[in-house]
Amino acid sequence: MSHFSMIEARPLPGKKSRSISWRSREGRSVIYQIVAILSALALVALLVRNTLTNMRLRGIQSGYDFLFQPFGFDISETVIEYAHNSSYFVAFAIGMLNTLKVAVIGIVLATVLGVLVGVGRFSANFLVRKICYAYVEFFRNVPVYLQLLIWYLVFTEMLPDLDQAWQAGHFFLSKNGVSFPWPVWQLGQTLALIGVVLGLVFAMVYRRMARAHFDRTGHTRPVWAVSLAVTLALAVLGWLVGGAPNEWDLPKKGDFQIEDGGAFSPEFMALLCGLVFYTASFIAEVVRSGIASVSLGQHEASASLGLSKSQSMRLVVLPQALRVIIPPLTSQYLNLTKNSSLAVAIGYPELVSIANTTLNQTGRAIEALSIVMLVYLTLSLLTSALMNWFNASAAIQER
Amino acid sequence: MKKMTQTLIGSVLATAGLLAATSAMAGKTLDQIKQRGQIVCGVNTGLAGFSAADSSGNWSGLDVDHCRALAAAVLSDATKVKYVPLTAQQRFTALQSGEVDVLSRNTTNTLNRDGSLGLHFIGANYYDGQGFMVPKGKITSAKQLKGATVCVQSGTTTEKNLTDFSRANKLNLKPVVFEKVEAATGAYFSGRCQAYTTDASGLASVRAKEAKDPAAHLILPDLISKEPLGPMVRRGDDEWFAINKWVLAGLIEAEEYGITQANVDQMKTSDNPQVGRLLGATEDLGKHLGLDKEWLARAIKTTGNYGEMFERNVGPKTSINLPRGLNNQWNKGGLMYAAPLR
Repeated sequence: MSHFSMIEARPLPGKKSRSISWRSREGRSVIYQIVAILSALALVALLVRNTLTNMRLRGIQSGYDFLFQPFGFDISETVIEYAHNSSYFVAFAIGMLNTLKVAVIGIVLATVLGVLVGVGRFSANFLVRKICYAYVEFFRNVPVYLQLLIWYLVFTEMLPDLDQAWQAGHFFLSKNGVSFPWPVWQLGQTLALIGVVLGLVFAMVYRRMARAHFDRTGHTRPVWAVSLAVTLALAVLGWLVGGAPNEWDLPKKGDFQIEDGGAFSPEFMALLCGLVFYTASFIAEVVRSGIASVSLGQHEASASLGLSKSQSMRLVVLPQALRVIIPPLTSQYLNLTKNSSLAVAIGYPELVSIANTTLNQTGRAIEALSIVMLVYLTLSLLTSALMNWFNASAAIQER
Repeated sequence: MKKMTQTLIGSVLATAGLLAATSAMAGKTLDQIKQRGQIVCGVNTGLAGFSAADSSGNWSGLDVDHCRALAAAVLSDATKVKYVPLTAQQRFTALQSGEVDVLSRNTTNTLNRDGSLGLHFIGANYYDGQGFMVPKGKITSAKQLKGATVCVQSGTTTEKNLTDFSRANKLNLKPVVFEKVEAATGAYFSGRCQAYTTDASGLASVRAKEAKDPAAHLILPDLISKEPLGPMVRRGDDEWFAINKWVLAGLIEAEEYGITQANVDQMKTSDNPQVGRLLGATEDLGKHLGLDKEWLARAIKTTGNYGEMFERNVGPKTSINLPRGLNNQWNKGGLMYAAPLR
């Protein structure tokens, strides 16, 4: 990082004069493309106009005005506050947040499991290797819809009724789901969270400094330990400054359900398990092919440097494999998010479930579905953008 | 270059083709049906007593009987019906788009649906109310369900009634909403929910057909809503609307005048002038509907009068075992009151 080799920027190719004419190849190609785009636009305009006319002729009302009318029915699990007079808009937001909740947690867990299984397929241990192989073949080849139904069946049939709920301290497990104590959110928790964010910023800066130090002197610094310690210290500091709140919302047994506390419903758990186990099998294959793409010479070279097997995997092979892994990994993340829409089958109130109810209460099918499409499109583009940025940072840096 | 030209021509042709295809609009439903030789009837995917298919694919039930009576009246053959099983979510779009001619699928008549979907209710063929089913033992009234989890199917009036009831009585009920009725009842029977809610007739049907031990489940006496169920048609075809409306009314009136599947032929010679009118023996009422004289006589011969339809499909002698209640004739304490066919 200390010195750059200066390479002259290549001069831009001279601007060719482009005339739009049938004679030149470029000219024709531009004209063809304009015509193609125009006819595509005309097609879309025609479809929209035709749909609206048909709906008007048949007396079907349309428009998005319903979004600000009260939703009028309850949602069993919500991330944000939901009042009895909340609008359809808020309901859609809740649906989207429920989708995000399962997608984000699902992506993290599926990645961890997928990488473990993918790496496991190169294990020297026969049993580990075969188990990982069997895992991939099983979960990849059974339709995810079926897996969701099976998980839901497991959670609703196998777990005990509420009356005989398994209890360990303040933790409950029953057909009602799993319930656990949850901190009552106060200033202290907010400050602790700010402390964590500051700690992460520090970690990034410190890592960069350590890298510079290593480049200069060849000595390493304990990046992980220091970062972790500072982050923890800042979090604790924030919590103490905020008055060290220690109030817990404890679950307790009611007549018909475990009340209060934090909880994961059986619907959420079934959806999460289904998505994680299914997607992880694909991620494992992505990781396996990534590792396989790194030439054997790299393993041998790192071994000859005296690196252990895990060091060689972590420091030499995986960073190179990442370039092959990240693009298909992005698709798997997108798949997981979109597959969460199958949750309508098992009663988890995510985006599509809310849209279905809306569609049936208001009859605005096109409007409700257009919102669903817009949300999924936005989520997908965001995921892609994030992964592309990650991909660019993992790409080969040519110096 | 050749490829580009092909793409261009392709897209232009596609646009032109779409222009040509979209100019067609739905014509008169009756003409289409006659031309096709078949009525396309949207029914429930499976609700014993109302519309359900047996193992050899024959449909039966109260809602199915409306389709059969229509086919008898219009096409002189009760078998000329194509049944399209629809979920709660598909049903309105299927009717709006013209995929089915009539929707006969235990659908509640509400202002919202009547006014905004471009559809018309033709009348009620079953007066119902929303109820709850619970495992026997713990409670005896819906008001005791405080904090309970309730399984429900999405896309029905049920969802909203449940919330209204929960709020009015401060019950804090938790709905778990499923797309398919089978999933909702499955979750209830597995013990995930403490109650299952839908129209009382639906509860009776589910308990009779799906419970491992029907006696272990109690349908609570509380009815929390009015659910007049009936068939629907598209707006904008008054002739077809009228045929549907008067086939339903005719079968109800047939019961009032004691015309049954068995005696319909003898009754044609009845001294009662109204019976003569109904069966086309004296006056020709069918011509006002674009049909022939015998339209109602054929319908009665196919399905029997309304009372017979009720007894055969859902009445006390069937496993569904629903009392006649609100669905009795107006002069016997019920709400079945057909405008006179004259």
